Amino acid sequence: MHSPVLTLVLHLEEVLIVGAALFAIGLYVALSKRNAIGILMGIELMLNAVNITFLGFARMSVSEDPIQGHVFAVFVITVAAAEAAVALALAVAIYKHRETVNIDQIDLLRW
Amino acid sequence: MTMLLDLITGYWWDARDLSNMTRPLYEFLRDQGVSDAGIFVISALLGTLAIISFVGAVAIINIWVERRVVGRMQSRLGPNRLGPFGLLQPIADAIKLMQKEVLQPASAPGWIYTVAPIAFTVPGIAILAVIPWGRNMVLANLDVGLLYILGLSSLAVLSVFMAGYSSNNKYSLFGAMRVIAMLVSYEIPIVAGLLGIVLFAGSMNLQEIVLFQEEHWAFMIMLQPLAFLIYFFSISAELNRTPADIAEAESEIVGGYHTEYSGMKFGLFYAAELINAVAVSAIIATLFLGGWWTYKLDEFIPGWMLLIGKIYGVYFIFVWTRGTLPRFRIDQLLAFAWKWLTPMALINVIVVAAEVLLWNETGWSDWFWIPAIIAINTALCVGLIVFFVKVFAPKFQRFPTRPRFYPGIDVPSLPAVTPPDFARKGGPA
Amino acid sequence: MIEDNGIVIAFWILSATTIACALMTAAVRELVQAVLFLALTFVGAAGIYICLSADFVAVAQILIYAGAVSVLMTFAVMLTPAADRHNSETIFQAPALVLSGLLLAVIVFVVLDTDWAISDAGAFQTTAASLGEAFLKPYVVPFEVASVLLMVAMIGAIVLTRELEEDDDA
Repeated sequence: MHSPVLTLVLHLEEVLIVGAALFAIGLYVALSKRNAIGILMGIELMLNAVNITFLGFARMSVSEDPIQGHVFAVFVITVAAAEAAVALALAVAIYKHRETVNIDQIDLLRW
Repeated sequence: MTMLLDLITGYWWDARDLSNMTRPLYEFLRDQGVSDAGIFVISALLGTLAIISFVGAVAIINIWVERRVVGRMQSRLGPNRLGPFGLLQPIADAIKLMQKEVLQPASAPGWIYTVAPIAFTVPGIAILAVIPWGRNMVLANLDVGLLYILGLSSLAVLSVFMAGYSSNNKYSLFGAMRVIAMLVSYEIPIVAGLLGIVLFAGSMNLQEIVLFQEEHWAFMIMLQPLAFLIYFFSISAELNRTPADIAEAESEIVGGYHTEYSGMKFGLFYAAELINAVAVSAIIATLFLGGWWTYKLDEFIPGWMLLIGKIYGVYFIFVWTRGTLPRFRIDQLLAFAWKWLTPMALINVIVVAAEVLLWNETGWSDWFWIPAIIAINTALCVGLIVFFVKVFAPKFQRFPTRPRFYPGIDVPSLPAVTPPDFARKGGPA
Repeated sequence: MIEDNGIVIAFWILSATTIACALMTAAVRELVQAVLFLALTFVGAAGIYICLSADFVAVAQILIYAGAVSVLMTFAVMLTPAADRHNSETIFQAPALVLSGLLLAVIVFVVLDTDWAISDAGAFQTTAASLGEAFLKPYVVPFEVASVLLMVAMIGAIVLTRELEEDDDA
């Protein structure tokens, strides 16, 4: 057989850096957006970044039971779904009272 | 060239499994020194090409089939001018659609408007990749094939929303929001209904499910009649076909999400509808009707031909429902998903889980369990449907005295009507 | 370490797409378009999971995130019609930018500085079956707790968005 001309290698570090970049973007979105749904988008991005990291560790790092990373990722997805449902319901409920979902206008508890 | 002739003539008879025909090609390539990765890429490309050409042919043929069959069911002729039996009509339609100008609303965000029909077409084609066409004839033998199908079919709905939103038209947006409400409701009975099959087969791999049916000598529709009915109704809602096509109801919202589309962009929506119907028929044929396996018949007829026959059988039922049933209202449709299909599917899952547990624990032979399960599940299916109809269905009134919905509103009672005497002619009393 | 040219190339293409879509989610000015880019990000992340041989998680990601969560978000955007659909930033934009940039720098430094214990176990064969075993044997309590959580979330969402006028009639 011919050996391939070049062999590309994917290291764990590269997967982790991709996850970190996604996490940073998610953090920026969650911290800076004005709309409550926009903030929720940032949180979902962060959860996805964490999942990438978990699965990268499950695939490449030393572990007695590598499926644990997948188990945790599935739990993250489950909790994220529940959290999205409740958060969006909250947004809709707030909208009913205040006609806005902008967090800088929802300041009843501020002082 | 001689090699090519040998390739064709030497194996011409072996059409039972088309993978037998491609194997010599791969062996030839390996002898030429192509690496395994190269052969993998070539085989994937060949399989993709086969799927896409199948989809294209099916989309063209089904335009004719659908219009013709629905026409016959509604006592019309259907297209009959162009070519014998109007067979060339789809080609004329395609040429007409390509020549039409593609209008685009000026205020629409352009990229969403353009991407939507493409994103609507792709999942239907991609679903066909996991369908097994023969014992070795499956393009992507995914371990999570069933989940893959569910995921992709839920993606199509997002593209419908894209189309409805970007059209900047209230009717389009109505259609899009109806689709989303429907998806959120119907996803649950679909998943819960298919869970019974996964429990029986012990795998989400479609090939494994077909092999399970072969091993136990029974179509899954016999073991799971209730799941079949649930899946059939739910998926015809997800497909936006007529009993449930409130997303594009012409008489209510002018075609729904594709109101603003014209030319080939509309053509893509139209083709995608047919392709999705065929993809879903293929899923039903594989999951419930044995796929390429049909008792001993698949030893004489190639399995993929049997599968295509089954696909068209299921597709005919889809066309039949479209040709005969009236359209639901949206509240009826959502109530049907939540009050009928979801509880039925959950009861079905519990019963199936108990059966599978007993089957595995007792260790009695299949010759006892398969007929027993068929009997129990058929009784369950009939019993549940009768129970739900008796308890939950609104009572049928030939001459309604008051509106069924909005019970809070006071309506003056209608004048008494004397029912005509139907019994006179021996008709229905 | 993954030494498969196809997978590595696919990983980098998918990573670039995912991060680009995530950046567009942050940058785009219209909320609905942001949701659509977010859905694309989810699909790209599912592709990355497949590259890491996590097929079950990838397909669950497409089913739940791209199919349900983003649809739910569009639903929420559409249910708040009079609200501002502009995906703008508050005054915390600059601090958020600095903070996330610093966080990224720290994580990258830690990742590059640590000596990771790399196994050569290779790809998983059947993740779906072993995940099922894991859920129903060692992780059965978290599994049940997660289902209770979903139940609570469902009831909570219904209670939060219920029409308040119904209370007067009942």
